Amino acid sequence: MTISPTSVDPTRRGSAPRRVGHFVRRHEERVWRTSGRIASLIPVAALLFVVVVLAVKAWPAIKVNGFGFLTSTAWLPGNTYGGVEHVHGVMIPAGARYGAWPLIAGTLQTSAIAIVIALPISIGTAFALTERLPRWIAQPVGFFVEILAGIPSVLIGLWGVLVLGPFLAHDVYPIVATHVPNIPVLRYFAGSVGYGEGLLTSGLVLGLMIVPIIASTTRDLFLQVPPLPKEGAEALGMTDAEVARRVTIPWVRSGIIGATVLGLGRALGETIAVAMVSGSVLGTVSPNIYGTMTTIAATIVSQLDSAATDGTGFAVATLAEAGLLLAVISIAVNLFARAIIRRTSRMSAPVGRA
Amino acid sequence: MTVLPMGHPSTGWRRIKSMGFRFFTWGSLLFVVGPALWLIVGVVVRAVPNWRWSVLTTLSQGTSGGLENAIIGTVVLMFGVLVIAGTIGVLTGIHLSEFAVSRRGRPNGGTMRVAVDVLSGFPSIVLGYVGYVALCVGLHWGFSLLPALLILSMMVVPYIAKSTESALRQVPTNYREGAEALGMSTGYALRKVVVKSALPGIVTGLLIAISIAGGETAPLLYTAGVTNNLPTWSLLHHPISYLTYYVWTDWNQPSTEAHIVSFDAGLILVVMILALLVVSRVIVARTQRHAEGAR
Repeated sequence: MTISPTSVDPTRRGSAPRRVGHFVRRHEERVWRTSGRIASLIPVAALLFVVVVLAVKAWPAIKVNGFGFLTSTAWLPGNTYGGVEHVHGVMIPAGARYGAWPLIAGTLQTSAIAIVIALPISIGTAFALTERLPRWIAQPVGFFVEILAGIPSVLIGLWGVLVLGPFLAHDVYPIVATHVPNIPVLRYFAGSVGYGEGLLTSGLVLGLMIVPIIASTTRDLFLQVPPLPKEGAEALGMTDAEVARRVTIPWVRSGIIGATVLGLGRALGETIAVAMVSGSVLGTVSPNIYGTMTTIAATIVSQLDSAATDGTGFAVATLAEAGLLLAVISIAVNLFARAIIRRTSRMSAPVGRA
Repeated sequence: MTVLPMGHPSTGWRRIKSMGFRFFTWGSLLFVVGPALWLIVGVVVRAVPNWRWSVLTTLSQGTSGGLENAIIGTVVLMFGVLVIAGTIGVLTGIHLSEFAVSRRGRPNGGTMRVAVDVLSGFPSIVLGYVGYVALCVGLHWGFSLLPALLILSMMVVPYIAKSTESALRQVPTNYREGAEALGMSTGYALRKVVVKSALPGIVTGLLIAISIAGGETAPLLYTAGVTNNLPTWSLLHHPISYLTYYVWTDWNQPSTEAHIVSFDAGLILVVMILALLVVSRVIVARTQRHAEGAR
């Protein structure tokens, strides 16, 4: 075995790997900088790709469906095996008519129910976690609320459709439906209660899904409220409810609004859980709060399979238009929420994919 | 100072309101924890009585049989997301936190930040639709691993980037100043001091991201397809199964066996994801001392 001259040469210490290491160390900042820049351009490119694909796919549907898409309630795939119509230069199956109003209404209704339920419950939970429970138990309970955000939505849907829905339809909804007075707003709660798949159940399930987002953010915000103003208010003789209403909540109000809007964004885009508990009925807006319905996201997931059988591709294009609509709504909501959160607090929006 | 004449009568009402508030806080805690426990227990008690360990080692036959292919498929998807989205997300986070800042240390790099925010607001089913239309059909890739991984990665990259960025921002300024005072070059200090001390936060973000990826259904239904075979090494043209698919399709099949498969898949999912989340939490709890301004 010969000893290579370089390894004993005192002026040239270091083997090839060490020289590579030296090179990396000298240019390390540039390596970090370049790879970081390239990597952070990928989300930009991915976003452009998604938007372009959606827009190109949706364009024929936008041309044919026009503005009526937003207000019409029809959902007729047309005669897939029969004739073909030409509308504005686009081939569509004879008799195909699409309107997204029931989907838009369903999306907004379920999200509204979810927010109405989740916001007060989240604030109450945050108070319980920060001011009622002793610290040793508040921490595990708070952790439990946080991991609730990580439970797969398909499991929440499974539980909603097999356990919660039947329970509500059997034991809760009938009581409510028979006892509500026949006055304008509450009349909406009367009528047939169905089998537990529908608007109210979907809203409740969505509410359960967004509570962790709002509650854990609100809890973190409450912990940031300095104690002195609260103690001062208490020293003035306020009850804990008054301290909460006049000091704690106003102190972090915009943060709570931000978290709520973030939760709203998640509720709007939630697919699987709603597809399982909504009843997936196309073409009608539910007459009361228990009725079966569908949302934009649930329609895409349940209809894409059959849309692919439309030889002209018009059904798939229409779903692209629906998806574009949903994306626009939920992105607007999301950006609004993040703008609020960024302006009012230093923390980043933390919880789950929202 | 004036004495409030109405002070006394109003006190009773205030006491009632205060009590009402107390009921409200306890009640809302109950309404959050109750259904959550009900949900987890509900899945577990329906799965456990019919549980067979052979589920882990036999292949699926659609609505009956085992779940070995789905378990391995989910693990493969998680691992692939960890590689693709982890690399892109962590580097993006480093870029956003360390390099995309102006001289005064205020956040900069507008386009990338907006892109990350917008992407994180994209409904997952819309991403899945794009994957189906553009990748599976448009590029003729078919239902396969690569489109599924790309779409899942698109979903979680914003999350990883955000968590990496906030982990790096929590590294105490002292550490950076100390590194500079010792004469370290910026890049070396970034690797040896900044990223190293932010590592627990970054790892936590990665764990949560793969738990999100493992629990997703909507973007996979039209990109990954389904098969009763084990995952192959090919990225294209071969469908891959995953656990959430069996929960999603088998619960409303007519046979009892299908229901058992559905709940078994649910139980395995719950265990996997809770384990990931608990591990991530333990990492956070054990390393809180690094954070600047930690509670």
